[in-house]
Amino acid sequence: MGSQPRLIEVRKNVLKQNDLTARALREQFRAAGVFVVSLVSSPGSGKTMFLEKTLTLLRQNYRVAALVGDLATENDAIRLARSQAPVKQITTGTLCHLEAVMVENALQEWDLNQLDFLFIENVGNLVCPSSYDLGENLRLVLISVTEGEDKPLKYPTIFYSADVAVVTKIDLAKAVEFDWLAAYGNVQAVRPGMLVFKLSAKSGEGMDEYLDFLKKRLHESRAAEVI
Amino acid sequence: MHELSIAMSIIELAQEESVQRGVQVSAVHLKLGALSGVVREALLGSFEMACEDTPLKGARLVIEELPVLIFCRTCDAQRPISSVQLFCCAECGTPSGEIVQGKELEVVALEIEEWDRSPV
Ligand SMILES: [Zn+2]
Repeated sequence: MGSQPRLIEVRKNVLKQNDLTARALREQFRAAGVFVVSLVSSPGSGKTMFLEKTLTLLRQNYRVAALVGDLATENDAIRLARSQAPVKQITTGTLCHLEAVMVENALQEWDLNQLDFLFIENVGNLVCPSSYDLGENLRLVLISVTEGEDKPLKYPTIFYSADVAVVTKIDLAKAVEFDWLAAYGNVQAVRPGMLVFKLSAKSGEGMDEYLDFLKKRLHESRAAEVI
Repeated sequence: MHELSIAMSIIELAQEESVQRGVQVSAVHLKLGALSGVVREALLGSFEMACEDTPLKGARLVIEELPVLIFCRTCDAQRPISSVQLFCCAECGTPSGEIVQGKELEVVALEIEEWDRSPV
């Protein structure tokens, strides 16, 4: 008589370890009063320039820092250092996304109590980062006008995992015949109600509105703490 | 592609259970939501590859794909969506971002064979 295979119930989240680490990070961020924003995008979205501008402008009134996930071949950290904000590189090697434990390790030498905003730039990729919670308060998904209007339809999962969408390089919209309404409609189709900013880090257009939103969210999260 | 690291997490998880329970795993049953960010075919290939040098070598990965379900306020019920490109109730068309199913990436069961416990 052959042995019958038996089925045993397990019910375990495959990313349990990452989720636990992310939860611990979120608690650490809350206790330190730092507002954490992560960025996901495809490689051509202009995210490094966008982040450099964000750091430079926020630095005038806030304490800011950034972690940058780079593939071995890239070096966005050097460029971001021009903002004069503390920047630390996380080299992911061939890994196409950041995981919570990498953020945890990278933060070990930093005193989070000394920060208002921490930015985490994920590896340029619109697929893999969607599965990994990094403990951030807000996840921005960036698309540039040069990438066309249909990015949300091609990568609905990353839009689902993000909180806010940012359309970058809006100064080039005319030149590439970017259809803002179509892009906005596509975002709403995959993520009803999603807030969408349009801006240009180069010309500065739309930056104030977006930075005001970040400041408002920082103050709201701190006000919630007091109560 | 991050399916390889996902596959390794699945194997690690199955290994833990197998050692704890003193059983040999012949198959892993996984629930995979349409919004998990994981591609089924890539995961199957990665799983087979990652199993090679582990006690799970030869084990099968059985994937149950779960479609997205949203809560529709108009229907006051859980409903499928029109498509992952259109988060609207498939019944009445109301847009909704309230996902009730579709994010799953979960090991739900293991097919096992009892280890031979006869004295060595
Ligand atoms: Zn409905």
